[in-house]
Amino acid sequence: MTSKEKVYPTIDAAVADIPDGATIMFGGFGGAGFPNNLIQALARQGARNLSVISNNCGTGEGELGLLFKNRQIRRVVAAFPGPGAKYFQEQFDAGEIELELVPQGILCERMRAFGAGIPAFFSPVGVGTEIASGKEERVIRGKRYILEQALGADYAFIRAYRADHMGNLIYHKAARNFNPIMATAAKFTIAEVEEIVGTGKLDPEAIITPSIFVDRIVQAEGKRYA
Amino acid sequence: MPKARLTREQIAERAALELPDGAYVNLGWGIPNLIAAYVPSQVTVYFHSENGILGMGPRAKPGEEDFDLVDAMKVPVTLLPGGSYFSQDDAHVMTRGGHLDICILGGLQVSEHGDLANWRIPGAKGAGGIGGAMDISVGAQKLIVTMEHTAKDGSPKIVKTCSYPLTAIDCVDTIITDLAVIDVTPEGLVLREVAPGFTPEEVQKFTEPKLRHSTNVPAMRLQPR
Repeated sequence: MTSKEKVYPTIDAAVADIPDGATIMFGGFGGAGFPNNLIQALARQGARNLSVISNNCGTGEGELGLLFKNRQIRRVVAAFPGPGAKYFQEQFDAGEIELELVPQGILCERMRAFGAGIPAFFSPVGVGTEIASGKEERVIRGKRYILEQALGADYAFIRAYRADHMGNLIYHKAARNFNPIMATAAKFTIAEVEEIVGTGKLDPEAIITPSIFVDRIVQAEGKRYA
Repeated sequence: MPKARLTREQIAERAALELPDGAYVNLGWGIPNLIAAYVPSQVTVYFHSENGILGMGPRAKPGEEDFDLVDAMKVPVTLLPGGSYFSQDDAHVMTRGGHLDICILGGLQVSEHGDLANWRIPGAKGAGGIGGAMDISVGAQKLIVTMEHTAKDGSPKIVKTCSYPLTAIDCVDTIITDLAVIDVTPEGLVLREVAPGFTPEEVQKFTEPKLRHSTNVPAMRLQPR
């Protein structure tokens, strides 16, 4: 068999085929590990009516903020949209955006379940709160749990520190955050990276995201936007 | 003139005394974020951050920041020897899975049954945000809430039943405020310490549910300066 070339020549080429209405996961937390190159390319590309899954909803025009400013997003799954998410908050207050608020660890676990082929799982988080509304509850070994559904996406846009040509990834410090989980839960994972090295140049013991989870790799420009 | 309650820094200082040597600890936003500065010098604790850091050190010095190494409040921090990085799902394996010894969160309301409300004020503008608070509250081996004893309008924040959206039910073990240290027990709330200069009766006046206490309630301990 021939191996598929995963390294894309430009950032714009890596997102050229994203259709209107796609569901996209975005890595990043606290300013670290956001795929800002891919976000800016998606803003140029112009896909609309997007569903996004992300811990937060941008800071001003930074991170996801640009896509909200451009009104490319209609639905959000997030744990902490954030007080600095100006464009999201405006559109949310105006009733123009649908929000599903999810506890952060459950956001992770729902993606992890999807990537691992688990359709749903019982969780103690949110029992007795508004998060439990409409969810099946069950007592297991004397404790209350609610049923949470796995969460997948068409695409994951992630940021890593270094990739090899096969798509193995390593990350930098706390910029790892949601990126490895999202890579497992999307049909297509697109990684922007600070450096691309030859296959075999990454220490196999240090690889965090094995190549099987990565479909496209593109060289990031600059350290970060936002 | 009303008697002086403890400052936010003094609440943090008192809360720091609850940290046993060797504990793995998560600190939330608000007053909890002040606590790290008051950990007694003879005590070593390991701070967890839900974005994937264990063994988090102090805030980075100006000029030495690495914006790939930030805490849950986006502040550039440092990593201590023995520290580690991991993904957000592993960070929440630690919270929800019961691996953290002590978590300290801010609070809007705590009920006499230990229910916590800390993520949204009803009627507030904007979407609100849960972040990691629900996972942390459910999983912590011991959950301490630090907050002012009363709201800005003077109403009690320690209540019979929370009226604000809940973070988790039956999760709080200890409440540390500018007036008291209170333990949540199966028999109800137990007043363990009162702020210097206050009596248990005075603290009760600012607290909706009944506080149980012994005849002599000691003053809140603060560290020698």
